[in-house]
Amino acid sequence: MSSQPRTIVEKIWDNHVVAEQPGAPSLIYIDLHLCHEVTTPQAFQTLRDRGLKVRRPDLTIATMDHSTPTTPHNLPILDPIGKAQLDQMAKNCADFGIRLYDLTSDKQGIVHVMGPEQGLTQPGMTIVCGDSHTATHGAFGALAFGIGTSQVGHVLATQCLLQQPSKSYAIRVEGKLQPGVSAKDIILAVIAKIGIGGGTECVFEYTGSTIRGLSMEERMTICNMSIEGGARAGLVAPDDTTYQYIAGREFAPKGKDWDAAILRWRQLPTDEGATYAKELTLDANTLEPMVTFGTNPGMGIPVSGMIPDPASMSDPIEKSDLIKALKYMDLKPGVPLKGQPINVVFVGSCTNSRISDLRAAASIMKGRKVSPKVRMLVVPGSQQVKKQAEAEGLDKIFREAGADFREAGCSMCLAMNGDQLEPGEYSVSTSNRNFEGRQGKGGRTFLASPLTAAASAITGVVTDVRTL
Amino acid sequence: MKITTIESKTVVIPIDNIDTDQIIPARFLKTTSMEGLGDNLFLDWRYLADGSPNPDFPLNKPSAQGAQILVAGANFGCGSSREHAPWALTQGGFKAVISTSFADIFKGNALKNGLLPIVMPPDIHAELLKWPGITLKIDLASQTVTLAGGRTVEFPIDPFAKHCLLEGVDELGYIMKQEPAIAAYEAKRVGSVNTSA
Repeated sequence: MSSQPRTIVEKIWDNHVVAEQPGAPSLIYIDLHLCHEVTTPQAFQTLRDRGLKVRRPDLTIATMDHSTPTTPHNLPILDPIGKAQLDQMAKNCADFGIRLYDLTSDKQGIVHVMGPEQGLTQPGMTIVCGDSHTATHGAFGALAFGIGTSQVGHVLATQCLLQQPSKSYAIRVEGKLQPGVSAKDIILAVIAKIGIGGGTECVFEYTGSTIRGLSMEERMTICNMSIEGGARAGLVAPDDTTYQYIAGREFAPKGKDWDAAILRWRQLPTDEGATYAKELTLDANTLEPMVTFGTNPGMGIPVSGMIPDPASMSDPIEKSDLIKALKYMDLKPGVPLKGQPINVVFVGSCTNSRISDLRAAASIMKGRKVSPKVRMLVVPGSQQVKKQAEAEGLDKIFREAGADFREAGCSMCLAMNGDQLEPGEYSVSTSNRNFEGRQGKGGRTFLASPLTAAASAITGVVTDVRTL
Repeated sequence: MKITTIESKTVVIPIDNIDTDQIIPARFLKTTSMEGLGDNLFLDWRYLADGSPNPDFPLNKPSAQGAQILVAGANFGCGSSREHAPWALTQGGFKAVISTSFADIFKGNALKNGLLPIVMPPDIHAELLKWPGITLKIDLASQTVTLAGGRTVEFPIDPFAKHCLLEGVDELGYIMKQEPAIAAYEAKRVGSVNTSA
């Protein structure tokens, strides 16, 4: 072990190296493997073909989220292909001895909502899932990243992965967020600044006074979108906020194990004097609510800003990409995005479907009505979030406002389950990607915070929540 | 899946940040198989709203038929971790993608499926964008692309991935051979969760 000052990323890495072979990447151990129905079937098939078992079913857990209907879960699933995929997941988990939170479970939910909620996500862990938003778990000071299906097979069979080390990229956010500005606006501003390839080969470490003051759910929102900045992962060093969140949850350490865990976790934060490959500082005081206007998450502007003009751009490919994005979005350059009419509002996804997100949206919706021109879907991230929302009466607020309050799942974030935009429709969405067709073929997405989404649902146009 | 050389004409999609939702839209991820994805490669760019083929999309041009090398803009393969993206590209006949940069997860997934993610310097890349349909020769052993006229340009590649592709090494098999090290690591692990409990 090195005596040099190390970043938290380097410490977690060093703790997980199983073997180093000349000419090969390091073999690292995976503490927790999260599975869902979309990216695992072919990996289980590989195990069957080769007569292999799952090495550590006790470090593996599965749920259903992507192809999952958000209509009541006791109704039959109408999509036969989606149903076949869910049935295959159930069979794979039964055959290989993996715990599954299926549609009948009160713990079912989006994999990145379920893990932290159950206390599975803990500081210092390596966590993988066949899903690029696995970085969400980094909010707890874990090194958590998305993998492809071949690697899902490697982890199922060996609990290990061949990996190259990542560079540490410090993102410091300092100051106080103004009313109406939230964690989602921080990460959208970061991505707008560095671009969607800005973090390639890096792991972001979010730090600074603003990050320290955020709740765990807010930290999850930020870490979640690390991949949208091109990073492999993103994390926040654990602190008392982290420990308080974990304490008492089902899979959290208990008694003496808890005391030992706290001692280990306190060793994790980056040492004084450790160096980062890259650094960025963001001023939270001047941050506004952010909205994307284009077809990648880096195309974001403050809600009071203007849609950029390709005529002002010098790089020819950047210019043509912007022209292409504005054409797809059917938007004019040089005008405000604020006031743009919308058809759909989606509050949900692994970015913003936790109870605090629903509370934020409900605080705007209470006593108001969704614009008659807008269809609004509120999709809680898990059955636990749904239950909590119902206990607090949030479901009533949404329904009385005219929104649809659904069962848990990924839903309209990637439109695999039937919840989708029609061609040409505009949405304000609390999800993470505004790629062409992401929310349905021909659909157009404006990414924003739950506050901005709720305010826009009321007015029927892209709205600055601060002026509602 | 052994690879040594690829010789093919190119097809060019001169767009930056081509994301995995464009390569293979999410609605085709409901399959439980690796097969049958090639027909849906770039589906929403290949067809117009009325369902007819988009004549302006490069892959639809008669001259693009049979091309095994795709030349695309920077940050190719950004977005999701879906390995369906390289599966769709290889089933669509592609053996290499040339860009100035690749998203990390896509690059790893591509190399595991015999699809070469080849990074070219910006000046060479800019030339390749201008000349769709030219024939290139890619040689993995020497890590070179030979351009028309005989000029060769080197490309970087992870040495282990190169070794696996050239020798047909199965990565899972390689990891499994390290069983003693894995068992030794497990013996000293502390503070594990137990999802079975």
